Amino acid sequence: MKNSKILWLLGLVLVLSAFLAACGGGDDTDTGTENTDTEGTEDAEGNGGEPDSVQELNLIEGAEIPSMDSSIAEDAVAFNILNNVNEGLFRLNQENIAEPALAESEPEISEDGLTYTFKLRDANWSDGTPITANDFVYAWQRAIDPETGSPYGPYMMAGTIKNAKEVSEGDMEVSELGITAEDDKTLVVELERPTPYFMSLMAFGTFYPLNEEFVTEQGDDYASNSETILYNGPFTLTNWDGTGLTWTMEKNAEYWDAETVQLETVNVDVVKETSTAVNLYQSGEKDRVGLSGEFAMQYAEDPEVVKELEPTLFYLKFNQERNGEETPLANENIRKAIATGFNKQDLVDVVLANGSLPANYLVPTDFTFNEAGEDFRDINGDMLSFNAEEAKTYWEKGLEEIGETEVTLELLGGDSELAGKMDAYLKEQLETNLEGLTVNLKAVPFGVRLELDEAQDYDIQNSGWGPDFQDPMTFIDLFVTGASHNLMSYSNEEFDNLVEQAKGELAQDAEGRWEAMAQAEKILIEEDAAIAPIYQRGTMSLQKPYVNNIVKHPFGGDYSYKWAYISGKE
Amino acid sequence: MARYIGKRLIYMFITLALIATFTFFLMKILPGSPIASADKLSPEQRAVVEARYGLDQPLPVQYFDYMFGLLQGDLGISINQFKGANVTDVILSRMGPSAQIGFQGMLLGTVLGILFGMVAALRQNTWVDYGSTIVAIIGISIPSFVFASMLQYWLGLKLDLFPVALWKDGFMSSVLPSIALAMFPLATAARFIRTEMIEVLGSDYITLAKAKGASGSEIAFKHAFRNALIPLITVLGPMAVSILTGSLVVEQIFAIPGIGEQFVKSIMVNDFSIIMGTTIFFSVFLIVIILVVDILYGVIDPRIRLSGGKS
Repeated sequence: MKNSKILWLLGLVLVLSAFLAACGGGDDTDTGTENTDTEGTEDAEGNGGEPDSVQELNLIEGAEIPSMDSSIAEDAVAFNILNNVNEGLFRLNQENIAEPALAESEPEISEDGLTYTFKLRDANWSDGTPITANDFVYAWQRAIDPETGSPYGPYMMAGTIKNAKEVSEGDMEVSELGITAEDDKTLVVELERPTPYFMSLMAFGTFYPLNEEFVTEQGDDYASNSETILYNGPFTLTNWDGTGLTWTMEKNAEYWDAETVQLETVNVDVVKETSTAVNLYQSGEKDRVGLSGEFAMQYAEDPEVVKELEPTLFYLKFNQERNGEETPLANENIRKAIATGFNKQDLVDVVLANGSLPANYLVPTDFTFNEAGEDFRDINGDMLSFNAEEAKTYWEKGLEEIGETEVTLELLGGDSELAGKMDAYLKEQLETNLEGLTVNLKAVPFGVRLELDEAQDYDIQNSGWGPDFQDPMTFIDLFVTGASHNLMSYSNEEFDNLVEQAKGELAQDAEGRWEAMAQAEKILIEEDAAIAPIYQRGTMSLQKPYVNNIVKHPFGGDYSYKWAYISGKE
Repeated sequence: MARYIGKRLIYMFITLALIATFTFFLMKILPGSPIASADKLSPEQRAVVEARYGLDQPLPVQYFDYMFGLLQGDLGISINQFKGANVTDVILSRMGPSAQIGFQGMLLGTVLGILFGMVAALRQNTWVDYGSTIVAIIGISIPSFVFASMLQYWLGLKLDLFPVALWKDGFMSSVLPSIALAMFPLATAARFIRTEMIEVLGSDYITLAKAKGASGSEIAFKHAFRNALIPLITVLGPMAVSILTGSLVVEQIFAIPGIGEQFVKSIMVNDFSIIMGTTIFFSVFLIVIILVVDILYGVIDPRIRLSGGKS
């Protein structure tokens, strides 16, 4: 009896160890074979060769489509597809410059910069009906109408398009919105204030046209599946049932620039598990897969890795007043000490390891360019870089000024694994470099963080922001006195004035405006240390070498497949 | 019997109303907003969107509106996940794949489990017994995400016997997820059947049956197996509900458009109408299964009487 028990245990251990061994071995062989595979194929092809006869791209998306209604959409997946199956007056080109799309040419702009007159080119919806100026009028009015309940309509238009705010709050009729169709091919847009980045706004999904007759005919069914939508972009959406994990984009024969489009089909499947996505990529079913977490580390040196920088910036918000009382962060030297007291390079290399960049700035790099094509980032350079020595000096000075020897601060952050690791790293760095500082971590879900932010109930918050239009202002005006994102009691008159100037009298003076915004950024970061920039997000993907010219955009839809093609797969 | 079922139906209705009420208020306590871009909108802009979905009404009004709609079979429209889509349609479109892999997994698991359990009991303390016990322990102790990932990696990617993932190749797509789901019911059934049968086989009436000259297979099936089924059905009922209504992990790993994965997400994003609709749907399912299990007891073991069961 005793013998059999031992035998039994032995058997169990054997079986279990076989399982474990299988797991470990799997990983090794995996990376091994894959390296040899890619080396072999890359020599044979090289990018940018002749397009193949089969133009089919197989992609993975990380989430379902919540809505294909351009007035209702508010998420990355929807805006990405909208950017490929529809089009507005302008479209971001391969260099991420807004260029005329449904507009025939650059608009005529009135001298005061408040009235834009667009001439539409001859183009059709996917059912063959012509696109008219009224399609824009209808779409914009629909997006701002409170009845529609559009989140991005009021957000994008208020303060920019004439009367948008009043209409969205029900104080004016939708017909008062600053957009009119002079005739079928002439569209006149009136603005509240001169808006230098207006063309890039026109590439955003919320401003796309809608065919009134079709939309009203479909009623509640509009955009409930791929059959109840009209398209006017490079592709049409098919095979989408409204809730499913799969859809297809097919080349749109009615598209005005159809001859540029090379892909015939783009097959998309939603896969939420990165390991599954990687397996599908390895099996050849998918041509591109985004990497996260440990997969980013594992494949970092893989020849098929594509690294892309996003214009999304993460920073620490310093709350200067909590529950009506000043926090230690109201002291400038304390803020500066914290802002320079952690090693960003190590954070990016070791903790994040996903292609992100350490950020010593607010306006992201590779995001906005002036007319000469120069990056806004080149003006100000680095501010508040990591420097443990300086941080220590600031810290001692700050402590003296507030008359304390020890300070305890709460660091509010997200509840994801990555956020947890990052905040733990920040705590460790700050407590080591700044003697007498205790950092308490508080990890909460996104919704809770918003509520705490609104109540201004935190000391330091790990926060982030992605742009809504292609201009430094989308980041800079977050921090003017009383702005809805500035829930940290930061206020600097000089900063406010510069932002006001850039939006007002300098609006039509490109160079002066650029200077004013750069000056404002310098005050915010370098002089006041109102926030402490941490990093600019990067992403890593695996992409088969035969995939060419997928264009990544800094805002709106993430990618364009208009120029993409397959070469060398056969 | 009819009266018994009638009474049970009334209780079921009350239970459902209570579940709906509790879920409604618990859900409203959840922090956060169903508006995805809430961080960007001003309070006024947010109010406009909330009004569109009736979220500006006082809580009691929202509650009675919802319950009134529910009575008419209206589960409302999705706020976040599939904006504007009818919740009933969402659940129905997602239920199919979950039910298919769940049913296949349950069937495979239970049949194999019973088989393993019986063989183990009849050949107690032999290598057959140890083998099936090891399988049962592995089935219970290896988390399904590990097992599912291994199936995907080896049988899908390396040996290329089945699709790696995705719901595109009909039955073939359902094989690996079904196997992954089968492990738990298999292990449970095997353990229960083995234990119960060993106990039953040792009891007096089996000795009597043997003495009367009943054949070995007659004893095993007619007496021992039937008695061993009772505890098994008690566990398998609720287990069937949880498996048929979708497994977050298995659906996510095999990228199956099922309901389990989608339900969890609805809670994360505060999609109130989806949370309510799915909860109610699951509850109805569970309550019905419990009723079926109770009725099955009477069929399997006549000693168990259902109250008021005169007819």
